[in-house]
Amino acid sequence: MSAVTVENDDHHDHGPAKGFMRWIVTTNHKDIGTMYLVFALAMFFVGGVMALIIRSELFEPGMQFVEPQFFNSMTTMHALVMIFGAVMPAFVGFANWQIPMMIGAPDMALPRMNNMSFWMLVAGILLLFSTLFVEGGAPAAGWTMYPPLVLQTGNALPFAIFSIHLLGISSIMGAINIIATIFNMRAPAMSLMKMPLFVWTWIITAFLLIAIMPVFAGAVTMLLTDRFFDTSFFDAAGGGDPVLYQHLFWFFGHPEVYVLILPTFGIASTIIPVFARKPLFGYASMVYATAAIAFLSFIVWAHHMFLVGMPLVGELYFMYATMIIAVPTAVKVFNWTATMWKGAMTFETPMLFSVAFVILFTIGGFTGLMMSLAPVDFQYHDTYFIVAHFHYVLVPASIFMIMAGCYFWLPKWTGNMYDERLGKLHFWLSVISVNILFFPQHFLGLAGMPRRIPDYAVQFADWNMISSIGAFVYGFSQLLFVYIVYKTIRGIDCEKATDEVWEGASEHGLEWRLPSPVPYHTFETPPDEIPTEHF
Amino acid sequence: MSTDVAYYIPHKAVWPIIGTGGLMMMLAGFANYLNGNSIGPTMMMLGLMIFIVMLTGWFTLQSSESESGMYNHGVGISYRMGMMWFIFSEVMFFAAFFGALWYTRNISVDWLAGIGGGPGKSSNLLWPGFESVWPTNGPGNVGGDYEEMGAFGLPFLNTLLLLTSGVTCTWAHHGLLAKNREQLIKGLMATVTLGFLFVGFQAIEYYEAYHEMGLTLGSGVYGSTFFMLTGFHGFHVCVGAIILSVVLFRSWKGHFTPENHFAFEGAAWYWHFVDVVWVGLFIFVYIL
Repeated sequence: MSAVTVENDDHHDHGPAKGFMRWIVTTNHKDIGTMYLVFALAMFFVGGVMALIIRSELFEPGMQFVEPQFFNSMTTMHALVMIFGAVMPAFVGFANWQIPMMIGAPDMALPRMNNMSFWMLVAGILLLFSTLFVEGGAPAAGWTMYPPLVLQTGNALPFAIFSIHLLGISSIMGAINIIATIFNMRAPAMSLMKMPLFVWTWIITAFLLIAIMPVFAGAVTMLLTDRFFDTSFFDAAGGGDPVLYQHLFWFFGHPEVYVLILPTFGIASTIIPVFARKPLFGYASMVYATAAIAFLSFIVWAHHMFLVGMPLVGELYFMYATMIIAVPTAVKVFNWTATMWKGAMTFETPMLFSVAFVILFTIGGFTGLMMSLAPVDFQYHDTYFIVAHFHYVLVPASIFMIMAGCYFWLPKWTGNMYDERLGKLHFWLSVISVNILFFPQHFLGLAGMPRRIPDYAVQFADWNMISSIGAFVYGFSQLLFVYIVYKTIRGIDCEKATDEVWEGASEHGLEWRLPSPVPYHTFETPPDEIPTEHF
Repeated sequence: MSTDVAYYIPHKAVWPIIGTGGLMMMLAGFANYLNGNSIGPTMMMLGLMIFIVMLTGWFTLQSSESESGMYNHGVGISYRMGMMWFIFSEVMFFAAFFGALWYTRNISVDWLAGIGGGPGKSSNLLWPGFESVWPTNGPGNVGGDYEEMGAFGLPFLNTLLLLTSGVTCTWAHHGLLAKNREQLIKGLMATVTLGFLFVGFQAIEYYEAYHEMGLTLGSGVYGSTFFMLTGFHGFHVCVGAIILSVVLFRSWKGHFTPENHFAFEGAAWYWHFVDVVWVGLFIFVYIL
């Protein structure tokens, strides 16, 4: 491992470029992290507006506001925007900001590629949005884009496919950069098993990304050639099989959901020990559990396909393999709980979000376990039960921990404490409304309401109305988050943050030993000592 | 460990945004072309040109920085890790197409013929009389009659060419390490020549397939998997040969030392990867 100091190509100017160009040409991990996070926040609201269009239409039975085709476009685009535009970029933003500071590195290992990875993301999302304005409308076959349905998409199809290629390139470049940074840039004292768990979860996520994004790119390339170049990959008449696409897609798609959750685990494992004022319980088991989840994620994909007509042996294999994932996941939930056990806990906003995460993620996990049972899944498949399940693991888990991470690290990044009173208000509004939003969807799904439809039978009316009310409260509560973040960054009526920010935090992570706000360049020489509290 | 080793952190990168713009324009142009818009080809070409300008500019910058000694051992390790995992991502891209071939040959064509535990016998009702054979263009005889591509004509010759090029590439590397510039240049020239020869023979093979054998991209799933696998591979051979040409050009200009030659190593790794993929193709697409 290399011990490092920094050498710049222009020694006279260690600060950022002036004006707007700073953001376009920057190679600084903190600038790029900020861009990722701001972009993710913007996309969170774009995707959120799409979700509110969906919930408005579903407020009452019957057709109210939008055409069915546009409704389906909204469900498709909402998913793609939230996954590739909001959650993944937010995690890459945290990785950019935090990984170099957590491992005592001067920057990311490949800073120019870091810049390109961000702009490729923007380009991909722009291409995706362009589909809203072309003939035939945005893709409406669901984010999974199953053929043959997706091949009926209008002019949007090639734009959507190329957008996925660009987003894939962006993710792969980001992942390669993270791997090179973690393996090559750690402070000499920081051996692998002394790394903070956020770093661990990200390196495993990065491996997942490199392994799955190219497969997705290949699958959508086959869609492209099936549509435009006469190939027959997914056409039975030519000897192909539409189910082949589903296999390829879910070989990507299932690890992808762990891409969305593993960094979440990392943030939770970082925050909970600080506010419990205890070391993380079971550090090594956390690392191994993360690796185990990542490995298992590659061999369970067809549990998304229990109804396509797999041979019985396939159903059984994928059912049992899926259930095994509950074991390492339970290890994690146990460890978080054990970390809190007899801790001297305080409940600042990041901790409130983390505690809510542990509880609500567990609900999402248990519904996942229910669906892993193949015969039971015959009932749940493509109903609102599925929608409720994955929103529980994405909103009160991934999104909540992204929020928690912002509250947790913003004082370090900006040097200003956020408004604790408003932060708590934001938390309580979010945690109550998110349950009003998604919990009733379990009932709807069990009663048989299918997903991806703009209209429904009247017996589903009550819970849909309640769910929609929850959606609007949740959506508008997030404006409060924007206000809090803005206020903190600008330092309006804020206390100054101390260097340690949270009591005892400097024993939990290297970043808390830096001044607040952190200087533009940190760890130009690697730190001699590292915190040991997370063992 | 010593702390006086500097890790080079570049500032103010302009090429990434240019390259992104170029690539985005190229893809948007391609999408427009596929949708039948007349602006498409122009946009595509313009985007491609911008992208090539970016590649030229960025790699010129990198090589001049490297030659001026800005990259130390640590930076070299980052680059090598980057290349390694990039190649792994390429492996996974090919895996998707090999996977498609495997799935079709071993699972779905059987099912179409009513064999196996999938959709059961219902396929017999949909496609009566369809038998599971490989190669196939499906029960619909999509693309019309065709001949199967044999393994031991041009493809076998190409296998020999590519395997030989792997040897010459390693020979060039030994020359570089032994400070034998002549061996380095000769080895690279041989490798690049063999690479382009491979592409030439593949072009002939494709021409024959289209014009004499009736085998096209539209020849059902056999044509799809055959041309997509060999086509993407051929594209990668082109890219690899171009990368090696740049390395050859730099070797002429006296770049690289036995200690500092990441560009050569990266190109060589890429070349061997392309080599290995071909061996896989030769076995699974041509022979079996």
